[in-house]
This record gives sequence, structure tokens and C-alpha cells, in this order.
Amino acid sequence: MLRAKNRLGLVFFPAFDWAISPTHPEREERLLYTQDQVFEEGIADIEGIKFFNPGMATEKDVQRVHFCVPDVMSRVTESHLISAGGAIKAAEALMEKEVDKAFAIVRPPGHHAQRVVFGDRGFCIINIEAVMLENIRQRFGHRRIAIVDTDCHHGDGTQDIYWNDRDTLYISFHQDGRTLYPGTGFLDEFGGPAAIGYNINVPLPPETGEEGFLYVLDNLVMPILEEYKPDLVVNSAGQDNHYTDPITNMNFTAHGYAKLNHRLNPDIAVLEGGYSIEGALPYVNLGIILAMAGLDYSHVREPDYDPTKLKQSPRITEYIKELCEKIYERWCRKEGIARETLKGKEYVLRPRNVYYDTDGIMEEQTQKFKVCPNCSGLNTIHSRSDWGYEIFAVSIPRDACPACIDEGYKIYKETPEGKYFKTFLQDRVNDTYMSK
Amino acid sequence: MGLDMGGTHVDAVIIDRGNIVDIAKTPADRSDLFGSIWATLDNLLSGKKVSRIERINLSTTVSTNAIIEGKTAPVGMIIESGPGMDPSFMSCGSENIFITGYVDHRGREIKPFDPVEIQEAASRFKQQDIKTCAVVAKFSTRNPLHEINIQKMLKDEFCPITMGHTLSGKLNFPRRVFTSYLNCAVYHVFKAFCDSIRKAMQKENIHVPVNVLKADGGTISLDVGQQYPVNTILSGPAASLMGACAFNAGDKDAVFLDIGGTTTDISFVADGVPLFEPLGINIGPYNTLVRAIYSVSIGLGGDSAIHIENGELKIGPQREGFPMALGGQVPTPSDAMIVLGLLDFGNKDRAILAMKLLGEKLGMDARAASEVVYEKMADIIKQKVDSLIKDINSRPVYTVKELLYGKRLKPEYVSIIGGPARAMAPVLEKKFNLPCRVPENYEAANAVGAALAKTTAEITLLADTASGVLSVPEIGLYKRIDRNFTLDMARQKALELLKQRASILGAEGSETESEITEESSFNMVRGFYTSGKNIRIKAQVKPGLLYELRGVNYA
Repeated sequence: MLRAKNRLGLVFFPAFDWAISPTHPEREERLLYTQDQVFEEGIADIEGIKFFNPGMATEKDVQRVHFCVPDVMSRVTESHLISAGGAIKAAEALMEKEVDKAFAIVRPPGHHAQRVVFGDRGFCIINIEAVMLENIRQRFGHRRIAIVDTDCHHGDGTQDIYWNDRDTLYISFHQDGRTLYPGTGFLDEFGGPAAIGYNINVPLPPETGEEGFLYVLDNLVMPILEEYKPDLVVNSAGQDNHYTDPITNMNFTAHGYAKLNHRLNPDIAVLEGGYSIEGALPYVNLGIILAMAGLDYSHVREPDYDPTKLKQSPRITEYIKELCEKIYERWCRKEGIARETLKGKEYVLRPRNVYYDTDGIMEEQTQKFKVCPNCSGLNTIHSRSDWGYEIFAVSIPRDACPACIDEGYKIYKETPEGKYFKTFLQDRVNDTYMSK
Repeated sequence: MGLDMGGTHVDAVIIDRGNIVDIAKTPADRSDLFGSIWATLDNLLSGKKVSRIERINLSTTVSTNAIIEGKTAPVGMIIESGPGMDPSFMSCGSENIFITGYVDHRGREIKPFDPVEIQEAASRFKQQDIKTCAVVAKFSTRNPLHEINIQKMLKDEFCPITMGHTLSGKLNFPRRVFTSYLNCAVYHVFKAFCDSIRKAMQKENIHVPVNVLKADGGTISLDVGQQYPVNTILSGPAASLMGACAFNAGDKDAVFLDIGGTTTDISFVADGVPLFEPLGINIGPYNTLVRAIYSVSIGLGGDSAIHIENGELKIGPQREGFPMALGGQVPTPSDAMIVLGLLDFGNKDRAILAMKLLGEKLGMDARAASEVVYEKMADIIKQKVDSLIKDINSRPVYTVKELLYGKRLKPEYVSIIGGPARAMAPVLEKKFNLPCRVPENYEAANAVGAALAKTTAEITLLADTASGVLSVPEIGLYKRIDRNFTLDMARQKALELLKQRASILGAEGSETESEITEESSFNMVRGFYTSGKNIRIKAQVKPGLLYELRGVNYA
């Protein structure tokens, strides 16, 4: 019998009875062929690979990360809580040392869900990685974590959630925002005042192939991770860079995804997007499972794989090389950039508009970060949706100093009830959440 | 008439509409299984009207023994593995030929196989004097044409040729390979057994259907069994559980324990129906797709050796000979139960000595030591059962509905059979806090189970209206359907095909109560349009018994 080199936990939950709508990319059929492939390969019989059912994330798990308007339970469905619960289950199996690595193949995905949630963005309502990470941080202690997001779309939600948190390094490679939803993820999105440099975007040109992705990994991501020394590496494993994906323009392969995962060597992978449900997902997921288990993935090939057609152009190779140099140089200079940016500042404001494409909502938002010498700094969000809801949120960060904690409660208390549709308080130090 | 061939005894029973008419038991001669079977039947039938027999159900260890003792025939394997995992670990035959070509998860041929490779395989097999071969392709359950065409090429040169898709509709390529291998490997041994049975029946002028028991607790006709002997492996525990079910009719969840001398076998019924292995049974180093009753064996029985290790009492998992009461050298739970007056055999003084020796190491007298052993044995069983229930209740599910509202196993009673059953019942009742039933006549449970077993069958139907194909691998059906095929039509088709299948396997009309066990229908969307439906159905003949036993059958 086959034995895995790494004990691998799989939370495989295809949610066969849930869809955004019958013909939506995020529908019942999405993981059907992945399941066929996983079953046919006999993955469950490999010694060392263990399947887990997801649990269900709680309201508090979500509140630790999001401000849901009007509240958590009216925003999410059971499927969302199960998807996040699946990610939590994967991380829990890892933390409890039941497995060496874990992969949550769940749906719906989460990396477009930002801190404020008025509705569904890019098929995401709650950020399942963030809900997972904050749950395990709460239960198993604080950890330095790196999230490497390999989805073809910029993980703007994860970026937003960890914008000001230097203990969570966020690196996203994605198709350039000038050519793809959500239109963000450029070099200058570099982190909030307490975490300047800890948010790294790698916008790649359309038609980047296996060579380009692996170049970014080897020459940019791995050196940064070596310097950052995370306790835990999480892969937001979106699979829509695949050459057959219907909604993107990249040329990545199943074999490339397996190789990338093998070299990145994440502790946890969580499935994000990927909508080539027949041509890519069965092979990419299989490749990642084998790579994580430490097994041979060299026989994983798509039916129509043709390496000559997928060869990356030299122009793109050259572009990516320069891009990586530029980004790495900025990473090295992050302390200096922080000093320049924050010089004499008491607060940093981050105003922007956020569009909820799935639900058609436009949000106008300003985040205000206090520049605090003792902690990440108290932070507030003032936000209004074009459906007329206006909210105000106070967020006390995980590492808040006593002064910032007091200030947070003071602001919350002094905001009169009824001034906003809703006022929220998120106290990450005491794991306490309230709203009025 | 039911007959069970165990490791030590052959048991047979005649049942008349739920009443046990007679029981016979003879020692098994492993060098002449057929002779032992016939001697037992002869014994049972003497003085009875043979013409009144309606059917004979046999549970036999012929295939199992051949595998375990390595008395199998060499097999040539032709394996079409397509892309995916490195297939080298699937080499199980005497010769293993990996061929090119492949079919994908929807049954589309991506690459045809190369006939030259097949001819080369055939000549390699012949050089090695291999006479049987198996042809197994990845996703052949979705499209069996490669297997069928290769079989056609080879059919005049090899016998039998097992095609993977005929053994199960379940997806699991490595298991399909191993199951096909085993089917070929035991084919000739099992066929010789079938031939002897037929000859003897003719000689005795008995002309009734003969069925063989499968690992799932159901039967198939001797003729079909001969083609697919792999299904008869490990049918002993299945017979035993079916027997226990016969003594405990009803629709509750329960734990079934068979406590023997060396091991305790644990099974479960859910709503009165035996629980199956999720994919198939394991035998030796092989995972298979053979549908089988879920049964877990632990090394704990009446004759398990008891030792003290680091001041702690350890029972099993080994047996080191007889209990001391029967002249053995090591104390056993049976000795303890003899001291407590719960069992009565052998030399009681020797049993007391056994417990006295044990007690000295534990700082207590013989009786107290016996109590400790007795309690500990029950604790071990209880803990194991609890952990199995936990595993069963956390088996993977794939829908929100199943995850939130799915069936959870919650036993309401414990049924115990085996030598120490009656002696163990009181303490298990206390530990489980559930009623413990000990059926009467449980010594014949296996034979009763065999006698009352019904023909079982299962089919897996997949209708892909985008490709316009309907496939049912178990019967080799692969045909075109139109785009308007619906879930409802699929259900009806499945039940109809199942009925045909069951009757081929040996079922008589009245016994086939069919049911749909799984069904789903997915919209297949390509681009912005629904291109078709992917409909999946599993149907089975409801497992169960021909008759319920009459009267109160447990004490």
C-alpha cells in the first residue's frame, strides 16, 4: 500500500447541495469532477492521508474578523459557516498534531471578503482563511503567519483584513489588476502604518506560464519568507491561473501548481477560486494533494496538456524578472519607506470605494489608523453603502496597548445610539465583540 | 439449508419458514473442504425428505484460504492508468503491463489504447505460462470500451479475463486493479469447488438452486459465483452477523459482538440493517471493491493471554494456548470467568490457581483478580466500540444537509454471540448501559445466517445528458440517451435494471425489494448555458433475511 511522506489532513467538502445560483460558476457541480478524480485515484486508501468533515464556524469566529451589516447571521448561509468551519478543521488537525499538513478543499471561497461585509464580493462573503487563522490564534496562541495567495485574482479581502498587521505577512500573486477583477493589487499597496512592507503584491501580466510563476516563487517569495521566518505558511490555493480557466487569462498548469506547492511547502492550503471545473480542478487539486503528501506528482497531466502551446514568451519572462527585482528592493527598503511615510503623522487615513460585484452594492469607506508607538494602533472604519446603510466600527488590534484599548471603548461608548445604522466594537485583546 | 464452513467446524442448519428444524456440526478438514461440507450435509439430511429442500446457501472459505495460503494462480495484469498517480504500486500480478491510452472522468476517450501493446502483453504472459489475465482501466466504470475491446482481443488465448468494470461501479482505480487480480487468482480453485458441488448434487439427486454467500451478507448463484469468486472472500463474518440479525429482528441501531476464544468481532446494524464497509473489504495486503459487512476484529477473547506489564494488567492481543483450566500455561479471561462461576468447563482448581498467581502480582486474592480481569475485558470492548462509533459518525459527507442532519449511529442494544457471550453479558450491560441480548442457538448463528441470506445486488447508474451517455458498469451497459433524460427516468431505469441483475444473480421475484440508496443530479454549465445534466444513482436490493426466526430466540 502507498504511504504518504507527510501525514496529510483533507477536509473535502464539495457542498453538493449549495450554489449561488443554478448557472453560476460557484455552483453544485464545481467540485464534482475533483471528487471523481480523488475517489478514482484511491486517495483515501493512502496511508497517512486522513479525511475530516468540516465543523461549523460560529458567529464569534466571524465577528473576530468581519463587521457584517446588519449582522453575521443575516449575511451568511450555513454553507459559508461550513466552508470557514472546514478551514478551521484543517488548521485544528494541524495544531493538534494529528497531521503534518492540511488542505481544505471547500466552497464557497473567501479571499475577496473584506473587513466590512455588506454582501457578496467575487463569490465571497466571509474570508475563510482569516476566520480560520484568528480562530487558531485565539485557541493555540499567537503566531507569525505568512499567507501566500496564488489565486489569479488579487486577494483584496485578505489584504484588507491584514493591512495593518505585521504578524501576518500577505503575499499575493495575481493577474494584473488592470486586466482583471477586482482591479487592485498593485505594488504601492504595501500595508498600513503598523505593517508597511508586510503586504506584498505581485501583479503578473496575462499569459504568464509555469516558468513565470515558479520564477516569482523562487526569486521573490521564498527569499522573503526566509527573512520573515513565519511559524506557519498558509497557501490561499486559488486555481484559476490555469490555462483552461474560463474567467482569467493565465497559462499555468496542474503540474506547475503541484511544483509550486511542493517548493512553497505550506502547512495549510485552502482552496479559493478556480472555475475550470473539468479541465483544471480535478488535476490541480490532485497535484496539490500529492505534493502536500510528499508523493510523486510527475504523472499528473491535463487531458489537453501541450507544453509547446503553453510556453511563456521571452518578453513576459523579462518583465517578470524586472518586476521581482523591483518588489524585492521595496521589501528590503520597507523600514525606510515606513519612516518617510509616517514622519510626523498621528493618523493615517485610507479612503476608498468597494464594489460588491455579486450583489451590486457600492460602498464608500474610510479606515483611520492611529500611529501608536506601543502597538499596531486603534483603528476605526466609517462606511456607507449606496443602499443607504451607514456604519461606524471601532477595532482594537490583537496587540493593542492599554491606552488604545481604553480609547477604543471610549469612542464606542460616546457614539450615540442611532447616529449610525449600526456601531460596532471589535476588541481583539479580550476577544469581545459588540454592536449597537 | 444453510451451511457455513468455518476455520474449525462446518455447521449446517435446516430452516423451515423461520423455524430451525435441525442443526449439524462436524470438524473441518482443511485439506478436503469439499469432503467436510459433504459429510456435514449428509449428516444433516439423513432421514429427511431431500425433495422438500428449496435451496441451499453455502458460506465457504475456499477463496479466502487460497489467498491467505498463497495457493493462487499466476495472473497477467493489463493496466491502463492514464494520468494521475504513479501507478507502479499497483503491480500485483505475476506480470504487469502498463499500457497507454486513457478515458477521463466523464467517460470520454482522450487517447485510444495501442493494440500492439496488447499483443506484446499477451506474448509476455504466454512466455510465463500465465493462463488468466485481468484488464483494468482508469475510469472504466464511466466507459468500459477499452476493457471490453482488449478482452475481445485476448479472449481466445486466456481464461478467464476479468474486466475491472464488471466488479463494482465504485470509483477507485487501485482497488479495481487489486479486486480484478484477486478474482483471477482464485478463479480456478473456486471453480474446482463449484464443479465438485455440482457433481455431488447430481449424485444425490438434489436439483435445487445452490447459492454462495458473499462478504456483504447476501448470496449469488453458484454459476455467477464461479465467474466472480472474489465476492465470496471473507463471507464467514457476514454469515455470523446475518445470523445474529435473524435472532434480533427489528429496526433499531445496535452493536453486534461475536466474542470468541482469540478475537472479538464488532459489527453494527443501523435501523436494523447491517453497516457496510464504505468501499470494500481488505484482505491480506489488498484493498478491494468487494462489498462487505463492516466488521472489526480485536485481539481479545476468552483464551487471550493475560500478563502484568509494569504493574498493569494486559489482556491479549495474543493467545498463548489454552486457558489454564484446560491445561494451558497462562491465565486467561476464561479462567477468571470460571472462578466467578460464570463459565463451567475444565478444571476449576487450575482456574483458581491461574487467578491466584495473577492476584499475587496485583496484591489481591484470586477472586478479586478475577473480578478485575472480567471488568477489564468489558472495558476494552466498550472503549473499542465507542471509538468505532465515533469514526463511523465522522465518515466524510458531501452535502450541507448530510453534515447538519445526517443519520448518526446510536445503538439501543448489544447482541452478543460466541463462547463467553452469556458470561460477559452482565458486565457489558453495566458498561454499555444498554440491554445485552444473548441469542439462543447462537452456536449455529453462522449457518442460520447463511440459510436466511437473500440475493443482494447493487448497481451504479450515471447519465450524462451533455455527452448523451448512460452507463451502468456492473452490467457492462454503455448506451446513448437523449438530452431529455431526467432524474425520474434514471430512477425508474435503475430499479428496472437492478431487478434484472438480481434475477441473473439468483434472486427469485418475491425477494427483491429494491431501493435507491443515493441520487443526485447536477446541472452542467458550460459557458453561460446549461449543457446538460449529470445524474448519478445507486440502487440496491435491500439487504436482509428471507425469513425472520420465529419465537423468542434470545435468553
